[in-house]
Amino acid sequence: MLVSGGIAFTLMARVGLIDPKHVIALRSIPEIHSIHETADGIWIGAHATHRAVSESQIVQTLHPVISAAFGAIGTIRIRAQGTIGGNLAYADPAQDPPPALTVSSATVHIVGPSGRRRDVPIERFFLDYYTADIEPDEIIIGLSVPAPTQPTVSTYRRFNPRTVDDFPTVSVAAAARLQPGTGTVEDIKIALGGVGPTPLRARSVEEAFVGIVPTFDAIETVSALVADDIAPFDDARGSASFKHAIAVVWVGRALRDLTAIQSS
Amino acid sequence: MSAYPIRCTFNGIEQAIEIDPDQRAIDLLRDTLHMTGVKEGCGIGVCGLCTVLVDGEPLSSCLLLAVFLDGTDVVTIEGLAGTKGELTALQEAFITEGGFQCGICTPGQLLAATALLAVNRRPTREQAKEWMMGNLCRCTGYAGILDAIMVAAEAGDA
Repeated sequence: MLVSGGIAFTLMARVGLIDPKHVIALRSIPEIHSIHETADGIWIGAHATHRAVSESQIVQTLHPVISAAFGAIGTIRIRAQGTIGGNLAYADPAQDPPPALTVSSATVHIVGPSGRRRDVPIERFFLDYYTADIEPDEIIIGLSVPAPTQPTVSTYRRFNPRTVDDFPTVSVAAAARLQPGTGTVEDIKIALGGVGPTPLRARSVEEAFVGIVPTFDAIETVSALVADDIAPFDDARGSASFKHAIAVVWVGRALRDLTAIQSS
Repeated sequence: MSAYPIRCTFNGIEQAIEIDPDQRAIDLLRDTLHMTGVKEGCGIGVCGLCTVLVDGEPLSSCLLLAVFLDGTDVVTIEGLAGTKGELTALQEAFITEGGFQCGICTPGQLLAATALLAVNRRPTREQAKEWMMGNLCRCTGYAGILDAIMVAAEAGDA
């Protein structure tokens, strides 16, 4: 079994969910730690810690929604130990990073035996609860995120329950291009965490929001459409109906964040 | 259990130790090295009682495999004061500002606060709150802890 930061590994091993005969730590592979600018955008090495991703100047500049999501994870200790690669491989549907990576159109880069390489768009990477498109003999080496070609506004919001684990009940990441003159939405991506077996795009909201001038009432109306896009389940962080209610409100808040940013 | 050799600096002293690869860092620190200032609270990394500094970074020793300490510089509460017992400005401030009662969270609070002042010498109270949010306390209500951090930051030498 491959280990990155080791947080999920230690937790699962302690309760007997995993019992590997051999453990290989990836941390001493030098190539997978770097966060740097590329010709098209950003490269984030799989072993970059959550803290490194959130504090990276290049990430903050090009994709502040990614910086915000990684900065929202857990505590300083979790952010210092956990890695983006480990987070992706773990594929918990309530984790902070995946919705932000989804609205940023990230690609996951995977290497297999004999150097075989696969590049998987983030929206095809998460398959089910704790299940991602990665084989036991493969290693995530990093993610690439394209630089936005036009000015975008983005936001990350999460609802925090009173559970012990610092995960959100529901989270919303959104990124949009607004028409400079009228403020109408030219393009928008919205992704939610904690509302199904994988991060989910709020396509009903996106389609309804494009081309309209955002007003308070318009935002109220389109936010309610998120109910068609999500399939939340009962858990300690909230019942399915609670998550539905929170998703509507939190999508509304995210949309108001985007339009408030534009007008300031 | 097969023994696995590691080399680390623990509170300023370089040591070569044989560990069990199944050990967590907290077990190595408490059971093998008798640094019982490292406390186990939740065992899942949320309470902060097991906080140690590894190369200056606060980490949950209950979530770290002991092997991951290989080649690192580890500081526990036992290593915070000077060799003759001289308290740091933070430790003094915790005393004067009421930063502890039962004391079980205090090692983790002090180490996390030490790391904060190392990266941000003059945090605002809000910044201190954000940084310290992962170190839980059942006794003080946190005000004394934050007061102590602000006093120590003012003193300028944590």
